[in-house]
Amino acid sequence: MLRFLARRLLFAAVSVAAVVLFTFLLVHLAPGEPMLGSAEGARVAPAVLARQRALFGLDRPLPEQLARYAANLLHGRLGQSFVLHRPVADVIGAALGPTLLLGGVALLVSLLVGVAVGAAQAARPRSATDTLLGVGTLVLYSVPVFWLGLMLLLVFGQALHWLPVAGMTDPAIHDALSPLGRVVDVARHLVLPAASLALVQAAAFARFQRSTLLESLGGEFIRAARAKGLPERWVLLRHALRGALAPTLTLAGLSVPYFLAGSVLVESIFGWPGLGRVTYDAIFARDYNVIVGTALVAGVLVALGNLLADLAVAAADPRVRLDR
Amino acid sequence: MSPWRRAARRFARNRGAMAGAVIVAALVVVALVGPLLTPDPLAQPDPVRLQDRPPSAAHWLGTDPFSRDVLSRTVNAARVSLGVGLGAALLAMTLGAGVGLAAGLAGPRTDQLLMRGVDVAMAMPRIFFLLAVFAVWRGAPAAAVLVLIAATGWFQTSRIVRAVVLSLRESDFVAAARALGERGPGIARRHLLPHLAAPLIVSASLDVGNIILLEAGLSYLGLGVRPPAPTWGNMIMDGKDVLLSAPWIALAPGIALVLTVVAFNLAGDGLRDALDPRAAA
Repeated sequence: MLRFLARRLLFAAVSVAAVVLFTFLLVHLAPGEPMLGSAEGARVAPAVLARQRALFGLDRPLPEQLARYAANLLHGRLGQSFVLHRPVADVIGAALGPTLLLGGVALLVSLLVGVAVGAAQAARPRSATDTLLGVGTLVLYSVPVFWLGLMLLLVFGQALHWLPVAGMTDPAIHDALSPLGRVVDVARHLVLPAASLALVQAAAFARFQRSTLLESLGGEFIRAARAKGLPERWVLLRHALRGALAPTLTLAGLSVPYFLAGSVLVESIFGWPGLGRVTYDAIFARDYNVIVGTALVAGVLVALGNLLADLAVAAADPRVRLDR
Repeated sequence: MSPWRRAARRFARNRGAMAGAVIVAALVVVALVGPLLTPDPLAQPDPVRLQDRPPSAAHWLGTDPFSRDVLSRTVNAARVSLGVGLGAALLAMTLGAGVGLAAGLAGPRTDQLLMRGVDVAMAMPRIFFLLAVFAVWRGAPAAAVLVLIAATGWFQTSRIVRAVVLSLRESDFVAAARALGERGPGIARRHLLPHLAAPLIVSASLDVGNIILLEAGLSYLGLGVRPPAPTWGNMIMDGKDVLLSAPWIALAPGIALVLTVVAFNLAGDGLRDALDPRAAA
């Protein structure tokens, strides 16, 4: 177990280092100027630009910039934002909580809904329920997450006025609310962005869970369980689902990049103050250090997701041993 | 009956798969012919009076905030989505097959090197790369979008190909070919590729929908293909601020996207069920 953890952590460190290296090189080698996102075409005096570039060391040769960035990174510093004039670590630190809340809730909901729908389908393959849910999950799986977000915003926010559509709290009343009231306030703001992310991914989980469950239902141990006279529901939930859950848990761990990508799109629609929003703003401002910093954090989150999935699989399936 | 013909028959019997294939074919025709029949997607005939107008006889799907014809833009944007989707899926398939074959046929050291590289690559958040590149490289041509999506999307394919190659490498027909003096590339082409065709077609066809969604997400952010050239993603961006007053602007490209991706996924599911009967449920 410890050896497994050590090996996986080493692998995670290597992949995060690779993410940083590649993103750094790509950002600096791709054609284009930093800090000119919104001022594109605007006339900036060459002297001003040169002074800015010198201030952030962008006039140095690329290997030197990379070495300096790596040295800073080893001291836990992610550099300074070109645009916000704050340390990148502060910018990202403030945004991490909201994104983990949004992504975590969306992941949990999509996993529960996806497994339940997939199990309902696999319980009666080719029935009307299966077909109907199959069409539903296929369509949802094919919907662009940002378009779904806009449609939810249009219907439940702008047309029906059921739910708030911007930000994480209601700034006018939030501070005056009781602790429970504040939780409710955040939860109401969370519904639409989390639903946008969760619905699409729930469809992906359901499609996957249905096929692994059907495969598992064809196994010998299922015939044995049925031959013992166990009720079908028991066979499905205790025997078939248990073995078929592991691949879905692995997929859930691998879905972290999806939630991160989705958060860039969805957070900008609903004004959610998270990592995706920071990334989105940094892209438009060409804020190199923030872009590399968010890629770094994304790499860490992806590695953590993979690791957690491995541990969850080991917990769910006693045949899996981690000390290989 | 050859296995390919049997697969074709299974595919033809699958109603969903056939519906997907028909829609895909129709979309390809629209993408090829449509732009010849519709007005200029960039034209702004009357920036004041034609802004955000609802569907009418002159503009069947209405006009957008820049007074451009939504139908014409939707039809012209199909070229970007289908071109990038199909092109990147094919290119990624080729790259994945090449690396997978190389890893499977080369010595253990090359194999280890390539596959550890793929492990690391798969652990990286692809979208953040693409965002970073296109954030700096504004107005990249569609071909660059295609190549970069493919270059970051072949890792899974290479694993599948390598696994098949490893399982076939020690088989008698490969040993026979070696005994007759054939070398790696010849063995790969004449003896291994036929076995790889089915899994490659399945994984590439299921990839097309995801690539189309990825491109749409990028162009929704204004990245990738440069506005004002129409893409479904940037059309939805154009319509997002007037959702309530002029919903047709974001609805038309959104429905086009969903229809296209559903069609590719239906056809892809059908191909998987037809080519790999064990996976069929």
